[in-house]
Amino acid sequence: MSNRLLEVRDLRASVDGKEILKGVNLTVNEGEVHAIMGPNGSGKSTFSGVLAGNPAYTVTEGVAKLHGVNLLDLPPEDRSHEGLFLSFQYPVEIPGVSMVNFMRAAVNAKRKYFNEEPLSASEFLKMMRQKRAIVELDNKLASRSVNEGFSGGEKKRNEIFQMAVLEPRLAILDETDSGLDIDALRVVAGGVNKLKTDKNATIVITHYQRLLDYIRPDFVHILYKGRIVKTGGPELALELEEKGYDWIKEENE
Amino acid sequence: MNNSLLQYIKLYEENREAIDAGSAPVMNDLRDAAFRALDGAHLPTRSTEGFEKTSIDDMFAPDYGVNIARMNIPVDVAGTFKCDVPTISTLLGFVLNDSFHPASMLESKLPDGVMFTSLRWAQERCPELVKKYYGSIAPLSDPGVALNTLLAQDGVFIYVPRNVRVERPLQLVNIFSAPIPMLAFRRVLVVLEEGAELQLLVCDHTQDKENAYLASQVVEVVVGKGAHFEGCAIEESSAKTSRYSRMYIAQQSHSNVTFNSTTLTCGNTRNDFEIDLLGEHCETNLAGMAIGSEKMHIDNDSAINHRSPHCRSNQLFKYVLDDEATGAFEGSILVAPGAQYTEAYQSNRNVLASTQARMHCKPQLEIYNDDVKCSHGATTGQLDNDALFYMRTRGIPEQEARTMLMQAFMVDVIDTVHIPGLQERLRHLVDRRFSGSLGDCSACREK
Repeated sequence: MSNRLLEVRDLRASVDGKEILKGVNLTVNEGEVHAIMGPNGSGKSTFSGVLAGNPAYTVTEGVAKLHGVNLLDLPPEDRSHEGLFLSFQYPVEIPGVSMVNFMRAAVNAKRKYFNEEPLSASEFLKMMRQKRAIVELDNKLASRSVNEGFSGGEKKRNEIFQMAVLEPRLAILDETDSGLDIDALRVVAGGVNKLKTDKNATIVITHYQRLLDYIRPDFVHILYKGRIVKTGGPELALELEEKGYDWIKEENE
Repeated sequence: MNNSLLQYIKLYEENREAIDAGSAPVMNDLRDAAFRALDGAHLPTRSTEGFEKTSIDDMFAPDYGVNIARMNIPVDVAGTFKCDVPTISTLLGFVLNDSFHPASMLESKLPDGVMFTSLRWAQERCPELVKKYYGSIAPLSDPGVALNTLLAQDGVFIYVPRNVRVERPLQLVNIFSAPIPMLAFRRVLVVLEEGAELQLLVCDHTQDKENAYLASQVVEVVVGKGAHFEGCAIEESSAKTSRYSRMYIAQQSHSNVTFNSTTLTCGNTRNDFEIDLLGEHCETNLAGMAIGSEKMHIDNDSAINHRSPHCRSNQLFKYVLDDEATGAFEGSILVAPGAQYTEAYQSNRNVLASTQARMHCKPQLEIYNDDVKCSHGATTGQLDNDALFYMRTRGIPEQEARTMLMQAFMVDVIDTVHIPGLQERLRHLVDRRFSGSLGDCSACREK
């Protein structure tokens, strides 16, 4: 029997007074992969941003719990420590902050949260080496500034690398396939699959069925106008691919 | 009507003989001219052009003590110096309040002909040399210079003969420590003859944080043909320390100057840089960073004057201001008639980390020529919220993420420094400054 990992109930959120999420309900259990699809502007990225704690969004109603912990009460850093990870659609470039310092700060902040001693330099470097292998991330990138001058593919690999280091319970991949060529897509999806266990879960947000050939979902949800309007198995994604989003729109007008 | 200057003129008139007696003839020789220059003059106020954000008149208004009798005020040199730049191997001299004290054996470690000593001592040894350069580029028409010239009794003299390269950087540590509020007139004269090379690190400290101090500083740097001068000034003073520094650099042809001015902590600081590119093919890199918090005030003013063809200059000034700190930057580039093929760039970028912090900038470009490449840019903004959120989603606490971003912001200024070991040290000092542990020496001493 799998345990409930994420529970979202009637989640409503707005930006600048405009309501984007209009009552989202979603339950994700350990070991599951969920895909959230939907047309542009349906609220997919807002949903991931709200769960991660982006201060640009205001939650007006609802509950979001990660293994029983109320996410909405926590600052973004504590949501991360509790096991939430968001892979950004557009990973942010941070000139002047090296990947090594960035990751060390992240790893040690998490250890501090759980009252553990910081990693020694050699332990840390060993871990970086091991995790880099998962997404075949070039060692050269480690000495560069975070995402600065990285290609689109390198940025997405770097996201999955960070995910490998932080070992989240729930990873949300926001349009991880955008900007990736087919080889990079395979590497990134392969990394995600390697990190999958029966204790963690993944939410894949995407426009296209293509990514789901590589990361096989157990459930597919369609988000439209701030609500999940349809839920099904992997076949739902294929149906969408075939029919486009118009039939969803028609059903929900 | 203002006139903080009058008390100093009066001080001079009443103590003329004592001042001369405690000084050197070459300095005394200029006092009459300085006195005449100050007749009817005023120190700049906020209504003086170029001083809109810093009143020098107010800075000099309090009744500070001036150590005319040259009394020896004991200072715990080891205590101040120990923790600041331990990783860099330098040849060291101290200015305690206003008097130069060489570190032990300094002279024996200097290359032949190189001098790093007090002006008074240099005057005894080579009066003609000091006379030739003292006051040669800092004009008495400037009231700050005139006042300094009127009352300074000693100073520092650094001399590098022709084609001599000083391998180890020289380091000058200015320390304020006195039992009463004190005004120190500091004077530095640096001469690099043709083809000479020198690196100089200048550190300013206030040891006793309780008393108010004011430094009036005039620095003249004469850079001969083909000479290379790199300097870095780091101020770590106290909230009650004020500073009015005027630095003049004159470059002859094919010379190269890099200067970095860093303000880590201070009270009320005004730094002026006036650089004249007199010969062809000069290169100048002037950089500065300022980190302000609480009620600190930092005002940097640069003027780079391209007076000859084929010269390059580059300026980069960055500020991070928090709390109620205020900053100002006024930078001007002048391309004089005849200075064809000039390349001159200036960039001023600032981050305001609080809603109360204020930054004022005034970039200026005056070009009297056709064939030049010049640009200037100034931006003032906040930390990048997207980067902040990204870091927080990776578990980095907000305060730490902010610190990392502020430090990252300063990286390119630190990169302009090439004195061996100093980049790492500056990174460390900036890191400590942003994480709030600068100035707390107790941790280092326990080690």
